[in-house]
This record gives sequence, C-alpha cells and structure tokens, in this order.
Amino acid sequence: MYTFSNSLRTFAFILMAVGILGIGYSFFTAPTSLEEVEQILAAEHHGGHGEAGAHEAAGAEHHEAEAAHAEHADVPAVVEHSAAEAEGTHEGHDSVNAVATHAEHDTVATSHDAASPTGDAQEAGHDEHSELAHAADKAAIDAVHDAHKGHDAHAEHDAHKEHAEHVFKQLQNKPWAALYVAAIFFMLISLGVLAFYAIQNVAQAGWSPVLFRVMEGITSYLLPGSIVVFVLLVLGVLQFHHLFIWMDPAVVAEDHLIKAKSGYLNGTFTLIRAVIFFGGWILYRQYSRKQSLAQDEATDNLAYKKSFKAAAGFLAFFIVTESIMSWDWIMSVDPHWYSTLFGWYVFASFFVSGITTIALVTLYLKSKGYLEYVNTSHIHDLAKFMFGISVFWTYLWFSQFMLMWYADMPEEVVYFKMRIDNYNLPFFGMVVMNFVFPILILVNTDFKRLSWIVVMAGIVILCGHYVDFFNMIMPATVGDQWFIGAGEIGSVLFFFGLFIFVVFTALTKVPLLAKRNPLIEESKHFHY
Amino acid sequence: MSNKVLHVLYNDDDILMDAVRKTRAAHHHIEEVFTPFPVHGLDKAMGLAPTRIAIASFLYGLVGLSVATTMMNYIMIQDWPQDIGGKPSFSYIQNMPAFVPVMFEMTVFFAAHLMVITFYMRSKLWPFKAAENPDVRTTDDHFLMEVSVKGDENELVAFFQETGAVEVKVIEKHY
Repeated sequence: MYTFSNSLRTFAFILMAVGILGIGYSFFTAPTSLEEVEQILAAEHHGGHGEAGAHEAAGAEHHEAEAAHAEHADVPAVVEHSAAEAEGTHEGHDSVNAVATHAEHDTVATSHDAASPTGDAQEAGHDEHSELAHAADKAAIDAVHDAHKGHDAHAEHDAHKEHAEHVFKQLQNKPWAALYVAAIFFMLISLGVLAFYAIQNVAQAGWSPVLFRVMEGITSYLLPGSIVVFVLLVLGVLQFHHLFIWMDPAVVAEDHLIKAKSGYLNGTFTLIRAVIFFGGWILYRQYSRKQSLAQDEATDNLAYKKSFKAAAGFLAFFIVTESIMSWDWIMSVDPHWYSTLFGWYVFASFFVSGITTIALVTLYLKSKGYLEYVNTSHIHDLAKFMFGISVFWTYLWFSQFMLMWYADMPEEVVYFKMRIDNYNLPFFGMVVMNFVFPILILVNTDFKRLSWIVVMAGIVILCGHYVDFFNMIMPATVGDQWFIGAGEIGSVLFFFGLFIFVVFTALTKVPLLAKRNPLIEESKHFHY
Repeated sequence: MSNKVLHVLYNDDDILMDAVRKTRAAHHHIEEVFTPFPVHGLDKAMGLAPTRIAIASFLYGLVGLSVATTMMNYIMIQDWPQDIGGKPSFSYIQNMPAFVPVMFEMTVFFAAHLMVITFYMRSKLWPFKAAENPDVRTTDDHFLMEVSVKGDENELVAFFQETGAVEVKVIEKHY
C-alpha cells in the first residue's frame, strides 16, 4: 500500500495556496472600467506621458507614424506591393468578421502590419494603436489609402474608443482564460490517461498491467477536473465571463455567421453535451475501477471480461465525444474558424501529456520503492509512447498549419496569421518543446531507460502542451494582451496542486499491484 | 598450423543457449553459430557487441535532410525564385512549409536505404554470393556451433557431447 508522504501533501497544499493567491491577484488587478483601460493604454505606450489625455496621445502617435512613414516612402515598390497584400488580407477579413466589431478591429491592426513590413522601431512600440498609425498612412499615401476604403468611416477618436473597449474586454477575459486553460489542461491529462488505460485493456497489452493502478490513480482526477471545467462552462453561459463570444446574445444578434451556427452553438445544448460527455467518461472511469478492484478478490475472470467490454465501448464513445468536445470547448472560442482535424489534434496533445504523466508518476513511485515489478523496460515502453505520440502530435499540428498556410484562404488562415503575429514565441516555441526536443532526446534506446532523461523530457513535453492549449485559447480570448503572469502561473500551480492531491490520495486507497489480472504475471516479468 | 574446428549440432534453441553459456564459461572460443531463425538473446549469451546500425541510420537521415534542404534552397530560392501561385520565395524559411514533405521523405529515404545498404555491406551479402552454410540442416531445424580446436581434441569433443549436442564433428577448415 502506498502512503501519501507528508512532504508531498504539504507541497500540494502550498501549490494550491500559491495558485489561489495568483488567481486572486489576477482577478483583483483586472481592469473594472473603461477609464482604467485608457490609463493602462496611455501608460503602456507613452511612458512618461501617461497622464496625458488619450486624445493628445493619439495626436502624438499620428505624428510619429507620419514620420515613420516618410522614412520608407522612398521605397515605393515595397509600399505598393504590401498595399496589395493588405488589400487581400483585408477583404478576406471583412468577409469573415462582417459584424463582430472587435474582430474587425484586429483586422485593421493586422493589415497595417502587412502594409509596413519594414517594422520600424517607432511603430513596433505602438501595436495597440496601429489603426491610428494606419490612418496616418492613409493620409500620406494614396496607394495605401485605396486599400483601406472600408475604414474611411472610422474617425480617429471613434477608432480609439472602440480599441479601448476591445482591450478592456480582453483584459477582463485574461484571468478567466488563464483559469480555463489550466483547468481544461489538467482535466484532459486525466482523460488522456483514461483513454490510454482503455486501449491497454482492449489491446490486452502484456506489459502494462503493473501500471494499471497508477493509471487508475491519475484518472481519479477526472471527476473533480470535470466539475471545475463544467462550472467554468456554466459561468460562461451565465455571462460571468466572455471567453466564448457566441454565448453573448448581443454578439450573436449582430453576427450573422455565429447566428447561423446557433443551432449548435448555444448555451443550453452545449451544457447538455458537456453533461453527456463528462457523464460517459466518468461512468467508464468508475466502472472500470470497480471491476479492476473486483477482479482482485474474484475467483474467476468475469470482472476482467466486463472491464474489457466496457473499455471497448468507452473507446467508441470516447472518439466521438472527444472530437465534439474539442469543437465545443476549444475550437468554439474562435467561432468564425473551423478545422476538420482539430479533434485529432487536441486528442494527440492531451494523449501524449497523459502518457507522460503516467511515466512521471510511475518514476516517482518507483523512486520511493513502491513499484516492485516496474523495471526499465516498462519505462522504456512509456518513453517510446511519449516519443511516438509527440511525433504524431507534430504531424497533426503541421498538417493543420500547412494545409491552411498553403491554400491561404482568408477565412481560415486568419487563425494562424493572428498566432504568428502576436504569439510568435509560444506558437513556434511549442513545436521545439513538443517535437524537436523529444525527438532528439528520446530517439536513443539507452536514454529511454534513464529516469532522469525521461523525467526531463516529460517536463518539457508537459510544459510544451500547456503552451499548446494556451495557444488554442488565448488568441481568441485575450488577443495581443497575453502574458504569462500571476494569473496564468497561479492557475497552473493551483490545478497542479489539486492534481497531485487527488491523484496521490487515490493511490493510497488500494494496493499498487493488481492481483488477479490475467496478464499480470507476464507484465511482472516483462522484459524488452 | 592446424585449422581444425568443431561443428557441434543441436536440435533445440534452449539447449543451444545453455551450451553457448557453458562454452563461454569454459573459455572455448565460439567462431560462429548458425541457426534457422533468430534466437532471442543469443547475441547477449555469445557476448557480441551491440549493433551500431541505428546510429549510422540517424546520420544518413541527417544527410538526407541536408540534401533536401540544399537542393530546394538552390532551386526554389537561389537559382530561379519565381512567383508560383503567390508563394513567398524570398527566403527558404518563408516558404518552408511547402518544402517539409520533401524534407521528410528525403530524410526517411536516405536513412532507410543507406542503412539497408550498410547492412548488406557489413554482412557481406549480395547477389551471386557463395553461401557459407556449413551444414544444410541449419536452415531447417538444426543449430550449429562452430568452435576452434585448441588443446586436446578428444577432451573437447567429450565436453561438447556433454552439452546436449546431437552430433559433434571435427572439421579441417579450408580458407
């Protein structure tokens, strides 16, 4: 029997406490009024001139932008070329975001970036005000002017006000989004382990039964994790937060694209689906755990057969619900965008995280001397799965990215344009963490047997997949206002602490070796 | 100098494994073992060094990646940077997603084929190569261990008959 060490329990509580402080801080410091946002914007962009009125600041900005423009006006070829580019981007955007005003706002910023690829130092500091700079450009050059006919109506002041409102919404979303990303990440890790567990059962794998109790321990987090995510969804439907703009009736009323999807994307139906998905997953988790424990005491293999059938049924249920889940809870933060392989992509991301978590928990328990029959061959197998599924994730990531990049259809490529412009480091950094690092480290057979290598690779993979979920949720909810600060780190720490507490508490309940599993002897002597 | 060797035949892989261990323990030099199928753990029992073919393959993969990158960078970016369907041919990185399928396939191609060729060369396998089979039964159901004769021949034969051999022959080997 495993005993939850006091130091680990204390560690989990400290993580939760620090996490709550971080989350509380981020909610406390989120702006509560438009005036605050105006001040933040003024302070951010004009340093010492923070006290100056927004309007004055805008004037200064205008001037600077003109100066900046004059600098590259002597390369007309470039300007013409980029104007054409901007037009392309712009048109596409309009067709997608016909009405959602804040989305349109992004468009302006984006197309302006395209219009001045020289990326002058002056302008680089003023991304937030790029639409003002953009207005300045219009005044200076007819070519660019033509490219942006659609925005003639925007007076400078209105544009600024609209921009401030937009930033206000993003900053208000920030603590919620941080909480949501961490909550869904840890819940999905547990779901990934459950899927792996079911696969091992159905495949009648001979190596893994000694790890079944570890997996069952990790999946015990599914219940509390699901409750947290479900509560966050309910809060969204009740308008406590605005991570999902389609949950806001005011937005839907103005947006014909979302309105057309409201038969599927509406609060009630989404919550009903969530209940079915969580219900099904938790039901399988509890049932398989019960059968696994019943098999220990049984005199025949009835419980084993039941759990085999349940696992097969669960996997069929899982693959359907997982796909829909990824549309509902992740893809729908960008309700104007869609991708057909998104479900698989999300699956690969949390599946590899789940396997990595199994490896890390196993190595921890092994190092404490609790897993007598786990040898380096078991670790080697887990590391092979980490390696293989990391490559599989990359395959899906690249397939999704490359197909959209190649076709360059405006309504779908905006998703990546936004991420590459505003999330450059997280977007490409996660490819390094989730692909380049594991492929170079875990390709070696000897390395896959070394605990410290597997732990190191595991930590990088888990961080990488957190960033992956960050990249999926944040751009649509907080846009270019993202930052990995108190709220984000606090949320991760809180759920990490909760995860440790729940998982290791569950591990103390039953012996760590399944007794009468028909494959347990083979697994004990597994050798690769 | 005498080129005498012993050909010791077994008809079971478990007995063979035991015999190999005993032979090693008695410090007789095993020249070669012929088996009709791979015997799991035989290389370890014989004390053979692990293969380095995976390392070679990894390096070949890097060569393939370099070839693909250099080739496409020269053709698509340096030599004739055309505008083909609006793809940005200004620098390699800008158009890289379009090159990745080729880079991947070339890496796999080089890694796989050069590794196989390395295997053939190191194993001295090629068409029309004269077979080196000492006893035709070893491709069907017998296992043969070839041991060089040093010291007392009769003692050696007696030792191997003890190991469960079905047949022990003394052979004058012609190189």
